[in-house]
This record gives sequence, structure tokens and C-alpha cells, in this order.
Amino acid sequence: MTETFRLDGTDVPFEAGETILQAALKAGRFIPHLCHHPEFRPHGSCKLCTVKVDGRQAASCTRLATSGMKVESETEELNAERLALTQMLFVEGNHFCPSCEKSGDCQLQATAYHLGMTNAHYDHFFPNRPLDASHPDFLLDFNRCILCSLCVRASRDIDNKNVFGLAGRGMASHLIVNSKSGKLVDTDFSVSDKAAHVCPVGVILRKRQGFFIPIGSRTFDKKTIKEYVDTRLGEED
Amino acid sequence: MDNKLKVATATLAGCFGCHMSFLDIDERFFELVKHVEFDRTPLTDIKVLGECDLGLIEGGLCNSENVEVLRQFRRQCRILVSVGACAINGGLPAQRNPIPLSVILDEIYLGEAGIAHGLIPNDPELPLPLDKVHPLHEVVKIDYFLPGCPPSADAIWTFLTELLAGREPVLGTELLHYD
Amino acid sequence: MRTDHHSAYLSPILEKYGENASNLMQILREAQECHGYLHPDAIDFLCEKLGLPRTKIVGVASFYSFFYLEPRGQYRILFSDNITDRMMGSELLLARMCKTLWLEKGKLSEDALVSVDTTSCTGMCDQGPALLVNNFAITHLTEARVDSICALVREQVPLEEWPSELFEVKDNIRRSDILLLEEDFSLRAALRQGPEAILSELKLSNLRGRGGAGFATALKWEACRNAAGSERYVICNADEGEPGTFKDRVLLTLHAKKVFEGMILCGFVIGSKKGMLYLRGEYRYLLGHLEKTLQDMRQAHLLGNAILGDFDFDIEIHMGAGAYICGEESALIESLEGKRGTPRNRPPFPVTNGYLDRPTVVNNVETFCAATLVAAHGGKWYSEIGTQKSSGTKILSVSGDCERPGIYEYPFGVTVREVLQDCRAISPQAVQVSGPSGVMVAQAEFDRKIAFEDIPTAGAFMVFGKERDMFEVARNFVHFFAHESCGFCTPCRVGTALLRNLMDKLHNGHGSAYDFEEIRKLNGILQSMSHCGLGHSACNPVLDSIAKFRPAYEKRMLHHEFTPAFDLDQALQAARQMTGRDDRAAHLAKGEQ
Ligand SMILES: Cc1cc2nc3c(=O)[nH]c(=O)nc-3n(C[C@H](O)[C@H](O)[C@H](O)COP(=O)(O)O)c2cc1C
Ligand code: SF4
Ligand code: SF4
Ligand code: SF4
Ligand code: FES
Ligand code: FES
Repeated sequence: MTETFRLDGTDVPFEAGETILQAALKAGRFIPHLCHHPEFRPHGSCKLCTVKVDGRQAASCTRLATSGMKVESETEELNAERLALTQMLFVEGNHFCPSCEKSGDCQLQATAYHLGMTNAHYDHFFPNRPLDASHPDFLLDFNRCILCSLCVRASRDIDNKNVFGLAGRGMASHLIVNSKSGKLVDTDFSVSDKAAHVCPVGVILRKRQGFFIPIGSRTFDKKTIKEYVDTRLGEED
Repeated sequence: MDNKLKVATATLAGCFGCHMSFLDIDERFFELVKHVEFDRTPLTDIKVLGECDLGLIEGGLCNSENVEVLRQFRRQCRILVSVGACAINGGLPAQRNPIPLSVILDEIYLGEAGIAHGLIPNDPELPLPLDKVHPLHEVVKIDYFLPGCPPSADAIWTFLTELLAGREPVLGTELLHYD
Repeated sequence: MRTDHHSAYLSPILEKYGENASNLMQILREAQECHGYLHPDAIDFLCEKLGLPRTKIVGVASFYSFFYLEPRGQYRILFSDNITDRMMGSELLLARMCKTLWLEKGKLSEDALVSVDTTSCTGMCDQGPALLVNNFAITHLTEARVDSICALVREQVPLEEWPSELFEVKDNIRRSDILLLEEDFSLRAALRQGPEAILSELKLSNLRGRGGAGFATALKWEACRNAAGSERYVICNADEGEPGTFKDRVLLTLHAKKVFEGMILCGFVIGSKKGMLYLRGEYRYLLGHLEKTLQDMRQAHLLGNAILGDFDFDIEIHMGAGAYICGEESALIESLEGKRGTPRNRPPFPVTNGYLDRPTVVNNVETFCAATLVAAHGGKWYSEIGTQKSSGTKILSVSGDCERPGIYEYPFGVTVREVLQDCRAISPQAVQVSGPSGVMVAQAEFDRKIAFEDIPTAGAFMVFGKERDMFEVARNFVHFFAHESCGFCTPCRVGTALLRNLMDKLHNGHGSAYDFEEIRKLNGILQSMSHCGLGHSACNPVLDSIAKFRPAYEKRMLHHEFTPAFDLDQALQAARQMTGRDDRAAHLAKGEQ
């Protein structure tokens, strides 16, 4: 007999060892998330996926499902909190979507749409984060990094390279690359790396590919983030 | 219609794109003017802002004049709306923010490729630039935000008609865009 | 070759730590003690020898406040920036030092000799203002002492030759009870009872953790003992980072042996061979003393092989490097493993998945000491001290506006008022119990009790006299949290920074009721969405001070409506400077409307 938990009043089946988020997504139930990716070990930093488990907030991407637990997700309170976190991510970095190559394909943006965000609400930090254009094929625009560590995990766990890493603490946390010069060109990063293709936002960008796809045909012009996540589950990319 | 809503609009540090998009509502404009009357806006010749029901502002805050105009709008308009990316987060102009203003002025007016004759203009008629470009909501209270660069004509239309009908304007996913 | 220079001092360090990457923190600390900072060539060498990517070493080094990737001078001076230091004039003393040494706070002097900056509470609140020079503590700062430090720096006297009197740290024990009075403890006699008996006495004692969370110690030990796995670890949490707390410092000074004996007891009960004490970097001066105590204990055959029967146990000391978050047990474990101090996802908890993913007990210094008392005198005896729900005694570290700051040991159940009387508090209006993450207790509540069932505490007891501005106290604490947030999760990383900015806005006189509302909303998000206890409690001082000292906020909501996020007129300053203008149009009025 498969075990189940209650998500917003309906049963969701799960297998032993699955997190709430994994089980929910498998059942076609969407919970907003940014640092979770089906191919990687859970991380739990963005907190967008926060749900209430038996009345207390918990990150659904790291909390294991247990039989009979009562999980709330689509509540006004939680969505308001998720919106606030999304807004925090927008003001923390420099997100000028109109001039971002990732616009339309960006999961942060799509999540913000999903949550009905019309503005970033908080006062902007406007940090100064110089770009790294040293690599012949890739550009790093750190202004948009949300510290989800997907590139770090991909490079370490899949590419066996450690091209990316997190450094600093608190608001000074930032992404670094594995070279003495601090430049991407001096690392062994390559196009075929998994890490080259996991950034949910517009940091790790392929050069000479920007704005190729016209507005209207980009990922999130055609799909909502929920639909995208549904299709990604089956896909091996 | 007697009780027409009074509407004013302005462009601060923006590109007029949002106003152009507004005009893109095309023939719906005829419907709109049945319900609204325009006060100060680049579309009319009215220079002095009167008491208004609704103020639509495009563009962010780049200089002291922008701030003065915004404050005046806040004083005179019952409802104030940030229209477009620049008004909402500074947009394209705000991409100068990481560079110190002194470096920018130096480069433009005193540097090799300088355009003035080795002088930074200091005419009191000219508004002084702020050290950073800021979104409107960091300086006055903003009641609504209409994102997009520019917001599409449909988004603007939906927003206005909802507001005119006395409803909270909510943009559906098709109309909500940041670019 | 330049690397040769680095390999010369790095090689012996690497050898000492077995070229083991999990000792990265210790290796980096010793490397820095040799060279003053972590040179890029030194990092090259370490990458190669430890088989670590550069991202890893730089990631770790940049996480901790006391590691430097760039030159910070031969003398690296950090003023303790707790509210109690400020109350004793630390800011003026810092300014004086900067002026005398001709440098700017936070920046290296032009001759690359010295840097002066601030750091979070260094645990010397009863003898502040205090500072650290190359991580060694100097207390009781006065203008005269600051001047003599400046002279020593200017004359480039090596730190080892500075007068030892400068580095004196007092114990200031004001009230002793069972724990501080206990003299003789026979570890061997205690061990002879056998692990089961020790555990059942511990259960009887109702001993709860002294590090803050108050988890039942016996349950923790038992869970670890029963957890699957062959190797287990005992960790003593001596990170003591909560501002206003310094009782572990005194226990480690006067009762180090007892602390270690408590760890040995635990090792015996849970079946562990290895203990580790994680000592905060601010207590660097204690390292020699602790190592010596361990050495003496090895000689007395209390540590090492076959302590009793076939029970082997030894203890290592690991130093932190300036990161409050490493007091959180899972972050501490990460740090012990040579990583960034990011709190883990919990569950699983350390008792099953701790150090190197193995069953691990983490307890506070005082908890281990208390465990030896239980082992010596029995659980029943212990449980009859204190209150029904909080057995035993608690050591408080008292500081702030009082005549007798220092260490006070009381049976649980003592009221705030009694403590205030004993320390001769000077017209107290509030006490911050258990540090910034604890509770702000106002006058009306002075009859409340220090106990798990009323006001639980990790030990801090900071007294604020009636002249103090409780808003400023809260603002100092908010700065502390923003500085110490590990940055892992969004709500705390960004939320504490936003909260800090809003508190500063109020402080600068630009606040309105709107900002006040924003502060309240941020508190809610921090509390509900954060990953660990730091984020959860970062809003406590603000919530408490709002609830109990509302007028301090009202006073700062000068504006009735919305006020700008930044100083508008100041934002024109750069342009005024460049154009030389100062006419009316070159200015903007402050909060209009
Ligand atoms: C942010 C944070 C900082 C902490 N700092 C300390 C500390 O400095 N010392 C300590 O013993 N416990 C600290 N704790 C509590 C530990 O996580 C843990 O509960 C404690 O060490 C367990 O020991 P105990 O049961 O003996 O209290 C901290 C917790 C948090 C969330
Ligand atoms: S990364 Fe996403 S949210 Fe950020 S600017 Fe680009 S499209 Fe916008
Ligand atoms: S670069 Fe992209 S993938 Fe990497 S941490 Fe930043 S946001 Fe995440
Ligand atoms: S709450 Fe703060 S300290 Fe804790 S994990 Fe999150 S960012 Fe780090
Ligand atoms: S998806 Fe769960 S915390 Fe990011
Ligand atoms: S002017 Fe309309 S979006 Fe920039």
C-alpha cells in the first residue's frame, strides 16, 4: 500500500525517502521553488517552497514526506510570504529584465509572474557586481545571481570540476570561479558542462545567443512556471 | 458623463515608450475619453498640474527635477501609479548605478570623448543628477504598479478599465510582463 | 620561487594536521598566524597538498571574519562592538586609535602596518571595552591603554613582547554555587558506575542543555548511544558567540578539566573514542591553557588508551574564526569538517547524522560540567536543586549598567530582581536575558524567574539603566544579526539587511509609521521562513522593544507619512561637488508631504 500525506486537503502519494516537494510535483501539484532541481540533491536555501507542515513552516524541498502529515501550500499567507522572498531576491541583485538575455526563460521572473508580483516593494540595494566576460563562449553576469548553488552542485556532483563555488557571508555572499585570477577563462569550464545549463536566472549566459528567440516564443511566453516544471520532470536535459 | 476622472501623466527618466504604448490602445481611446479628462500630460498642452484623481508616471528618478515633479504628482493625485520598468525599478537608466556619478560626469564632459568643452555644465536652470537612479516607490508612496517595458496597450487598457470600474486592477498572467 | 616561502611555513602545519582537508580551518588559522593573511600562492600550495579546489578554500576563508585573503597589516585590531562595549565608550576609543594611527576604520594603514575595525561581541562584556589584536584579547580599554597600544604598534614591537599586563583577563566570579564550588571529582569512580547507570542518573537529574535550546541531556546521549553506526563523536560547543555571554570563557579558564571530564563521561556513555572542543576564535588566548590541561590529563591517564578497561578516549581542540552562526550545532559540525558554517537541513539531527555524518552529541561547556556533578552526586540530588522543571544551577554572565559585573551562579528559579540586586544594577529599566536572540525584560517583569518554564537563558544578562535608549539597543542587535547571518537562506540574508537599513533610517530621523509597519512585516517573514535559529530570533529584540518600549520608536517616527528611502539632498551632493553649485535649485527638501 502506498503511503500518502494531505496537501491542501487532498491526498498525495509518496515513496519512502521522497520529500514533500518531490511527491507533490510528481502528483502534478505545483509548489513554487527556485533552488530545487529534480536532478540534484536538495539544498533548501531559497525558501520559496516553504509550506506549513502540521501548522509549522518548513521547506518542502528538504522535508521528507511522512504518512498522514497535513501540508498547506496554496494559502494566502504562504503566497504572500513567497512573494516577499521573491521581492527580496529582486532588490538584492540588479534585475533589469528588459535588458536581460534570460528574460522570458528565467525561472525567477516566471515565479514572480506566478505570484502576481508587480514590483519589488523593498528598497533596492543596487549592488556593484562587475561582469566576467573573459571566457570566449560564456558571460557571467553576477548581478542576477540568487545563490541557489545549482551551478555549484552541477559542477561538483556531475561535471566533477568545481568550477563554481559560493564565497563570503551574509549579504556579501557571492559566486566565485575556480581560478587564481578569479576569471572563468582560467577555469576548465566548457560548453558541455552540466553547470553551463542549470542557472535558473541570467548569470551563466552563452555568448552570441542572446535575444535569438523572439518575444512570444520564449519558454515562459508559452508556458507558466507550473507547466514548465511539469514537463521538466519527465525530461532528461 | 459628468463625473469624469481627471488623469495626469508624466515622463521622468524614461523613454516615452510607456506613453507610446498608451497611445497603442488605439480606438479604445475614444471609449476612454468618455470617462476621463486629461490634465497635465505630454498629450495635452496643460502645463500646470491640477487636482487629479489619477496620476500615471513613466520613468525613474534620475535628477532633482524628477523628484520635484513626482512629489507634485503625489500631492495632487489621489491615486498614483508607477508605469513601466523604469518607474518600478529604475530600469535602463539605473544601470549607471554601479558607477560613481563623478566618474560618469568626468568621462562625459572632461574625458577624451568629451562633448562639452572641458566643463561640467553648472547652469542653475539645469537639474542636478542624483548619485543613483531610483524607482519611484523609494521616494513617495505609490498606489499601483503597472510593469512592462513598456506595459502592453492591453495591459494599460485592462488596468485603467478595472480602475475606472472601481475594482482592484489585477493583471492576469498574459498581461503581466517585466519586459 | 615565491611559493617556496609559503611552503616553508605551510609544510609543518600540513604535517601537524595530517594533510587532512577536514582540518582546513585549523590549517588556515595557523597559516595566517604565520603570514598575517592567506596569500594567493599559499592557497595554491594548500590546494595542491590537500587536493581541494580553490573555490573550496576561498569559500571557507571568506566565510569567517578572522580569515583574510588580503593583507590586513602586521597588527590586526578589532574592537568588540557589543552594545555593552559601546555603553562604555568603545566608539570614541576606536576613533582615537584611528586618529592616532592615521588610518580609516576598516582600511589598511598606508604603510601596511595596521588595520582597525570592529567585530561582534568578544565575550569580555564584564571588563570592556575590549579589543582583539591578532585575535588576542585586550580588555579594560581606556584612553591611556589605547595610547600605549598605538605606541607599541608604531614602534612595531612584536606582539609576544607586548606587556603581559595588557592581556590580562579577569574571572570576576561574584556568586558561586554547586558548579563553581565543586573541587574534587573522581572521573574514574564515576566511570566505574558503568554507562547505563550514568545515563539513568542523568535521566533522574532532569539536566537540560545550557546552550540555549534546553534539550534534555540524557535523551540526547541516549539517542546517540542507540543510533546505528560504529563511530560516534562528542562535541563541546565553546563557540559562545551570543553577545553578552562569557560564562563558558570562565569555565574554560577555571574548570577546563571538569569540562573535559564531562566530555569523557559522555564518550563513555555513548561509546565514542573522540571528542572535540570547538573554541571560538575570540578565545584564542585560552588555547595554550586548554592544550596544557589536556596534556596533563593524558599524563594522569584520564585521556588516551584504556582509561578504564578498554575505554579509549581523546580530545582535540578546534578553533573557530569569527562566525556566530558556528554556535548553531549543525553549522559548528560543518565548520569542524573544514567547511563554511552553513546550518544543515534538520532533520536529520546530529545525534544520528553529525560529524562526518556519524552519531554525535553536541553539548554546551556548562552542560558537560553539570554532567560531572550528576555523575558524582547522583541524579536525585541534582534534581532537587532549582525548580521542578529546571533542575540544577545556571551560570549567568552579568554586564551593562551595574556595579558588579561578572559571573553569577544561581539555582534555577532566581528572579531577575534578585540578580539585579546582587549585581547592584544602576536604576535598571530593562535586562536583555540570553543575548540578542533572547528576551528583553522590562521593569514590570523583574519578578519573572530565570528558568526554562519562564525565562530560559544561555547565560547573558545585560542590564540597561534608565538613561539608555532601548531603540538603540535593538538597533545594535539588528546590526549584529545582519553581520552574522550566514547568507544561506533568502529571508535571513536579505531580511536582516533590510531590517538593519530600516532601523538605521529611524535612527537617522527619517522614519515614519510606514517604516514601522515594514519592520513588523519583516519580523514576521524572518520568524516564519528562516532556515535556522539565527533568522528565527533575529527579530526578537525589535519585537520586544516595540512591545515594551514603544515610545522609543514613536519618538523616531517623526514623519506622519511615507518618507524617502534615502537622503534626497545628500543624493545630490556628488553633483553639487562636480558642478560647484550650491544655489537653491541644487538642493532637495527632506521628507516633504
Ligand atoms: C544561531 C545560534 C547560535 C548558537 N550559539 C551557541 C553557542 O555559542 N553555544 C552553545 O552552546 N550553543 C549555541 N547554540 C545552540 C546549539 O545549537 C545547541 O543547541 C547546543 O550547543 C546544544 O547543547 P546543549 O544541549 O548542551 O545546550 C546556538 C544556536 C543557534 C541557533
Ligand atoms: S535574471 Fe530573470 S529576473 Fe533577473 S533580470 Fe534576468 S529575467 Fe529578470
Ligand atoms: S549563477 Fe545561477 S545557478 Fe549559480 S548560484 Fe547563481 S543563480 Fe544559481
Ligand atoms: S537563518 Fe540566517 S544564519 Fe540561518 S541559515 Fe538562514 S541565512 Fe544562515
Ligand atoms: S526550493 Fe526549497 S528552499 Fe529553494
Ligand atoms: S520608459 Fe517605459 S519602461 Fe522604460
